Amino acid sequence: MTIDQVAARTEPVGQQRGTARAGERKRKTPLRRRIRLSVTHVVLIVVGLLWIYPFVWMLSSSVKPNGAVFAGLGLIPTQFFFDNYTTVWSDGNIGRAFLNSVIVSVTGVIITVLVTSMMGYALGRKRFPGKRILIGVLAALVVLPHGYTIIPVVNLIFSLHLDGNLFGIILAEVGGAHIVQLLLYAGYFSQLPASLEESAMLDGAGYFTIFSKIYWPLAMPVTATVIILQFIASWNSFLIPLVLTLSRPDLQTLAVALYSFKGENLTNYSQMSAASTISLVPVIAVFLAFQRYFIEGMAGAVKQ
Amino acid sequence: MTSTLSQLATHSRPTVSQHLGGRLWSSRQSYLLILPGVVLTVMFSIYPLVMSWYYSGLDWDGFSSRKYFVGLANYKDLIADGFFWRAFGRSALFTVVATPIELALALLIAMVLNDRSLKLRSVYRAVIFIPVVTTTAIISIVMSFIFSAFNSPPNQVLMDLGVVDRPIDFLGSPKTVLWTAIGIFVWKWVGQPMIYWLAGLQTVPTELHEAARVDGAGGWQRFRFITLPLLKPFAIIITLIVTAGNLQVFAFFQTLTGGGPYFASELMELFIYRMAFGTSEAGASSVQRLGYASAAGVLFGVALMIFGVVQTLMLRKIRRAQLQQSPSQQEQG
Repeated sequence: MTIDQVAARTEPVGQQRGTARAGERKRKTPLRRRIRLSVTHVVLIVVGLLWIYPFVWMLSSSVKPNGAVFAGLGLIPTQFFFDNYTTVWSDGNIGRAFLNSVIVSVTGVIITVLVTSMMGYALGRKRFPGKRILIGVLAALVVLPHGYTIIPVVNLIFSLHLDGNLFGIILAEVGGAHIVQLLLYAGYFSQLPASLEESAMLDGAGYFTIFSKIYWPLAMPVTATVIILQFIASWNSFLIPLVLTLSRPDLQTLAVALYSFKGENLTNYSQMSAASTISLVPVIAVFLAFQRYFIEGMAGAVKQ
Repeated sequence: MTSTLSQLATHSRPTVSQHLGGRLWSSRQSYLLILPGVVLTVMFSIYPLVMSWYYSGLDWDGFSSRKYFVGLANYKDLIADGFFWRAFGRSALFTVVATPIELALALLIAMVLNDRSLKLRSVYRAVIFIPVVTTTAIISIVMSFIFSAFNSPPNQVLMDLGVVDRPIDFLGSPKTVLWTAIGIFVWKWVGQPMIYWLAGLQTVPTELHEAARVDGAGGWQRFRFITLPLLKPFAIIITLIVTAGNLQVFAFFQTLTGGGPYFASELMELFIYRMAFGTSEAGASSVQRLGYASAAGVLFGVALMIFGVVQTLMLRKIRRAQLQQSPSQQEQG
């Protein structure tokens, strides 16, 4: 439908405007709008409650004795029972897994920021032979499925003798192509002015000084986004740490430790809930604190 | 995402003709900067891709034992394997059902939250987004409790309301498990396309809506003739990203159902994992068959690749059609 057609259809409405009914209409509209907004809010609150219910249920179950978890729909425990936390932290090895998760995530973030910012700078600002081929390969990797190649990845880590420590997990984790992070850097660096580079060169600064002292600090907003994207990805990762710790339970990260804990204590719902809470709190805290960067980073992937 | 890639590629066309050796030497610093990224990509993306083709021709039952080359025997066995085809079918069904529901629901929420006069909209946005950032494996474990049989919360509510008279074993019955899983999956991930849609909706100028409203266009008309056409380029890339993400469901299903009951929720990734690493909650542990698992990965990978190429070709066709359309649209405006 063109705009003319819309206009033609709505002409009668325009004619009514001079009449008395139009006055009534004007007074009614804010009320109708207010009602509509209230209905929207009611629906959104119901949806919102559905969305946070599982988290509230988990919190509530984590401070109940195990027998009381399914005793009723009430979410507020009659008495608080914090033993679940102390028990899983020491006996369930959740404490050690927490430390492993921190090490894997923090190291993974540092490596990813370094690797993608360096590559993003070269791709965004420099010309070199082979660049088109490299971009073509990276573009193809977006389409190619790489979740189905876990066996060679595991075998590679084993043949490099990295299976006995956390570094193997970290390397396999950061090894996957981080196309979004790379594009965020490349896009950002490419739109920075070249005059910075030229004046620094006149002052005698070399290639790496210009990158590390001038351009890299300017990319802080992108770095913040990449840090948060990568932290959450590493913290939540499951398949790689699972297969690399099948014979080494002491290297398990939180997600894997909880999975094996479930396998051993199938019906210990309250302790499982306590362990789940311990695992989810850091990532929810990081998200709520840096929401803006996270959402902008994700939206950036689509906008570009 | 794709347009940035092509921009970068055109940007790199050499303008000064020089000897290749000279150009290589003068770019040595750039090569040093890309070296770590290239090495990691080769090690963990390209090498595994090539090796999984090689492994698929092996009879190999473990990481350290001897390998025998068997040619295409693994593929022959796979084609006759009912478990493989059922897992294949479930993966396809899951993607085809969950993706459109997720995309449509996300668009609906995004349009409601795009209203600037709506108070607390960033709070609603954060609440719906929280499941996206949380650990899939752990969400699944908590959900497997919430949806367990007997006295679980949904069953208590359904029984109190008199909808059912016996508790439903949502995740324990082969009939309901996949549909329950789709529901939980959409709950978990809908926030992601919601953010994408919101990014797209912000490019729709509010003046256009105001003008149409003044002209008397209703809500549906404004959606159909203003919002939807302007969202089309976003819709394509969002569908691509979401579909690709929805094919990586190992953590979600392995921790929610372990592929059970009776393999009723064993998707492709879980089948590959069971063949390769020999543990599964759905059935007794089997012998490790790495070659066989690799062959399954390759077959499914080829199917995905065909799917991906078809999607990309369609995307290109639509883009081209849009480019041809846009000059005439400007004349109309």
